[in-house]
Amino acid sequence: MRISFLVVCLVILANISVAPAQESNVVATSRAASMEQCVEPTNMMRRDHMDFLLHQRDQTVHEGIRTPKHSLIECIDCHAGKDDKDEFVPVNKEQQFCQTCHQSTAVKIDCFECHATTPDVKVSKTTAGSHNLINDLQLVKSDDVAVPLELYLRSFPLN
Amino acid sequence: MKEILYQTTHGRNVGYYLLLAGLLCVIGVALYAAHYMDVNGHHITGMNNQIVWGMPHVFAIFLIVAASGALNVASIASVFGKIDYKPLGRLSGLLAIALLAGGLAVLVLDLGQPDRLIVAMTYYNFKSIFAWNIFLYTGFILVVAVYLWMMFERRFNRYSKPIGVFAFIWRFILTTGTGSIFGFLVARQAYDAAIMAPLFIVMSLSFGTAVFILVLVVTYKWTQRPLSDNILKKLRKLNGIFIAAVLYFVLAYHLTNLYATEHHGVERFTLLEGGSITFVFWVVQILIGGVIPLILLFARRANPRVSAILASCLIIIGAFGQLYVIIIGGQAYPLQLFPGMEVSSSFYDGVAGIYSPSMPEFGLGFGGIAMALLIVVIAVRVLPFLPASLANLESTESNSVGDTQIARV
Amino acid sequence: MLALAPGVRLIDLAMAKGEGDAINDLVRWGMLVDTSKCAEGCDACVTACNEEHGIEDFGRPETDAQWIRKVELKDKQTGREYSLPLMCQHCDDPPCVDVCPTGASFKRADGIVLVDKHICIGCRYCMMACPYKARSFVHENLTNQKSYSPRGKGTVESCTFCVHRLDDDRAPACVEACDTEGHHALVFGDLNDENSEIAQRARTVSNRQIREDLNLNTGVRYESI
Repeated sequence: MRISFLVVCLVILANISVAPAQESNVVATSRAASMEQCVEPTNMMRRDHMDFLLHQRDQTVHEGIRTPKHSLIECIDCHAGKDDKDEFVPVNKEQQFCQTCHQSTAVKIDCFECHATTPDVKVSKTTAGSHNLINDLQLVKSDDVAVPLELYLRSFPLN
Repeated sequence: MKEILYQTTHGRNVGYYLLLAGLLCVIGVALYAAHYMDVNGHHITGMNNQIVWGMPHVFAIFLIVAASGALNVASIASVFGKIDYKPLGRLSGLLAIALLAGGLAVLVLDLGQPDRLIVAMTYYNFKSIFAWNIFLYTGFILVVAVYLWMMFERRFNRYSKPIGVFAFIWRFILTTGTGSIFGFLVARQAYDAAIMAPLFIVMSLSFGTAVFILVLVVTYKWTQRPLSDNILKKLRKLNGIFIAAVLYFVLAYHLTNLYATEHHGVERFTLLEGGSITFVFWVVQILIGGVIPLILLFARRANPRVSAILASCLIIIGAFGQLYVIIIGGQAYPLQLFPGMEVSSSFYDGVAGIYSPSMPEFGLGFGGIAMALLIVVIAVRVLPFLPASLANLESTESNSVGDTQIARV
Repeated sequence: MLALAPGVRLIDLAMAKGEGDAINDLVRWGMLVDTSKCAEGCDACVTACNEEHGIEDFGRPETDAQWIRKVELKDKQTGREYSLPLMCQHCDDPPCVDVCPTGASFKRADGIVLVDKHICIGCRYCMMACPYKARSFVHENLTNQKSYSPRGKGTVESCTFCVHRLDDDRAPACVEACDTEGHHALVFGDLNDENSEIAQRARTVSNRQIREDLNLNTGVRYESI
């Protein structure tokens, strides 16, 4: 009786003490699915992504620092999944990237009351290929050029 | 030494439970209105980009201003040493806290992001009078709570004077802060005036006393406790002086504006051509809220009890009118960016702002009043706030029963 | 300045911001509006701004947000008529910043007045305080925001001088639109740089601020009013 009780305890302990090999929450149709890891190691992101975002938002809003690494726009660009019609699904919808964790942790996020939930795919000619300094100023016409997302994103180094 | 017997209200009668149920219903409606506004956004209210503060703010500022004034009765006893008012001190403190809590609740529920209240309590811009007000309002509740404690606990009774003085000063700063919400705004013709602060001080005295009289009379009627005409006579006289003071400040404000050509536009709007604003100013604020109460309160032949109650009701109606004119009238008059020009735009430049209050706004407002009253109703049941009898001030009942307290005056 | 000539930059290369750098107060962004060039009936700047920031028309003009608007003016004495665009004036001493209880309304080091919508509680006090009625409150749920211009229900917003463009060395949308239309009524640039087009023009051509009596030292100035 005692021994079986001990065995049960040990089994339970073994299960909870070993770092759980969690399944990836990344959506299969997102760009992130093909990447090895996020901008930071996965465990660090899981634990600290809110701190990165909070710090980044203060830097961006108050100081105009727009480094892509912790930018929310970049997160969404990478993690937004696509549906059968090859259109982006809002990243905060059920079963999409954010909610897979936030639903089970019961932490309500209100980022997306204001922030866009899908990437802006259309870009203006002038910014494709550069992030800050532009080679020459061109007048932007009203119908922007749609650049393949890969090409657009490749212009932002992740490190 | 006169002894006052304080006693909680008691009795399991239908009336009490009906009252509770009624107040809870109104609060329920208010919470639903707040939820509806939170889910859909403010476009379902009458407030818009021209009139950004509406009925909820009229109610909230009334409650806050009345809260400050309601404490006046206790101050008269503690600070100015008028012993006749001493028995009323506890109710005065309670009413002050209750009204302020109700007002704050309405303000918070109307915020665009009420879930960010914690942000409002942790991020401060100390140049903003609003930020100071957050401290002043919450601090007021604490200070009055301590003041009540000094009044309740016999061995601390001797501290009720210094704490009373502190509360009095705090009240003044608080009400100055409330008036300065408007007085500090340089942009609008109706605001940007130093007189807003003292105007709000006298308004608080008037509205607070009126509310106090009504609550006192109704409470004593419904608990079948005697209330002497003496007390009502004194309160009535105070009320009269305060409403006269309010009328004086209003007169000074408008006369000064009428002298300056620069302000003729806003005066013409308020006094003459403002449609509903003009009607509310003359009929509700001045006539119903000022002139008639003044007559009632100073008429020698009038029955003191009836005239006090009626005047208080009218003063409260007039108070809403006055705040409506200040808050909504002040916003409705267009900004004067281009003096001497006819202005028009898609954003309603150059035209008076249009506002029609909506049901959710009234829901919120009445919910605040109900919350204040609910606090009073429950508190007088739980703690001995009310003297068992205010028949006359020479009462010497000295039996001590469970929920009663005898205080030496 | 945004000119038609390629190779002309908003600010000199030496002062241009690197990606990870903070903005500083060496630059002060400003706009000079030549009302004599502002065409009656034209609202290209308004359309461009709405397009750029994803500002939807809900058919409720009293509550719909307007970051920039065309104001039609007529002098009551002389009968002279003209129009001008009116937006947040980006004051150096903004009343909206003074009154915000949480500090959400703030002035960036380079002079742009913004709302940090993360800490805005939606009290609308800044809207009461603004002498230009520049601010709008978001009265409804929003969807399909532009990624570079987050906007949400229950917060206050106003013209940002297209700060996302500025940080990317591009001119505001309204300025570009006015130039596209051929009117060139809006000149944008660094007021602190005495060689910039705006500084030179402001120094030589008569211009004034709206409500200069308030002493707010606005970043937006107007000619011919």
